[in-house]
Amino acid sequence: MSDAPAPPAAPQPEPTSASPAASGMQAKVSISDIFLSFLMIGATSFGGGAVAYLRSTIVAKRKWLDDVSFVELFSISQSLPGLNSTNMAILCGDRLRGWLGAVVAALGIIVPGAIIMTLAGIVYGMHGDRVLVTAGLRGVAAGATGLILATFIQLASKTLRGWLDVVFIIAAVIAVNWFHVSVLYALLALAVLATLAYRPKRTAEGRKPA
Amino acid sequence: MSQIPALARVFLYLSLLTVGGGMAAYPEMETLTVDVHHWLTQAQLVHFYSVGQMAPGPNMNMVAAIGEKVAGIAGALVVVLAFYAPTGVFTLIIGRLWKRLTNWPWRTSIQRGLAPVALGLMLAGAFTFGKSSLRFAQTATSAVEIHWLAVVLAVAVLVLMLRTKLNPALMILGCGVIGVFAFHP
Repeated sequence: MSDAPAPPAAPQPEPTSASPAASGMQAKVSISDIFLSFLMIGATSFGGGAVAYLRSTIVAKRKWLDDVSFVELFSISQSLPGLNSTNMAILCGDRLRGWLGAVVAALGIIVPGAIIMTLAGIVYGMHGDRVLVTAGLRGVAAGATGLILATFIQLASKTLRGWLDVVFIIAAVIAVNWFHVSVLYALLALAVLATLAYRPKRTAEGRKPA
Repeated sequence: MSQIPALARVFLYLSLLTVGGGMAAYPEMETLTVDVHHWLTQAQLVHFYSVGQMAPGPNMNMVAAIGEKVAGIAGALVVVLAFYAPTGVFTLIIGRLWKRLTNWPWRTSIQRGLAPVALGLMLAGAFTFGKSSLRFAQTATSAVEIHWLAVVLAVAVLVLMLRTKLNPALMILGCGVIGVFAFHP
């Protein structure tokens, strides 16, 4: 079922660390290896940024994918619904061992945190209304606010390339926070407008990507 | 009476909005879980989200805590499945298709256009979140108002995030310890 392009008889030169786009095909990575690696990331990636943990495991340590493919998968994962970390797990797992690889990669990265948060929910139900717990959670929430803003600034400084980008950001904020437009409609409308704004340019010779 | 079907519906819908990250879905999550279904309060949602930032793995695993609160372990399981499985299948399918569309000019346009939109929705989520994380009533009788120490903590984390390599989970934990002393009535 593997959809990863695996030319059966293509004689590969010995896979050196500098091997080109052929990464992920050196030797078939086993399903249990994929699961355990992603489980490890899912259990240890404290403090968010699971994608950075993914890169250091999949690209740097295991050499299952090269940096070029990793960045390419990341750009896909950002344009799709779903969290970046889970989308990346699915795309990497699929690249390595097809749909089964995708399933075990996603399970590995999600399950540890999901169990921890279920337990946190149970503990919260028992003690969440204690005065000191509430006070501590207020501090935690204040800190999380700073974390969200920092993530926004880091992403914005990498992605923003012109005033038009700023217009779309402000439009999203005004629509959702001011006019309380449902996120669904804001997303659909702005996605269409922004895609059209960055539509492929027609040149005399024909189309070429913007 | 079971809330399970509603949980599945709501979190399936929310998962479709998480373009570029979970925060994009936050305003809608607040509307649906707090205002429409009364599964938890605005403050509780903020608490769950914030605690979720300290857990390993995807930063939206806090949805499991909401499911648990509403319908126990089964609720958590249903929410996690609804939140991750359908978008996961979608990603798998589009991910394979996307590779074949390398030369389709609109592919670049879509990726280019979605980037600022996703950022805008993230910022909108941050504002919705900040409205309840930085404003609260210190005691049962006082008014809901901006709490300046909360703003200071948020700015401190923001600056430390941009200037240092400190682990965010530790910073947030530190804010919790400060909160225990500073925010109790």
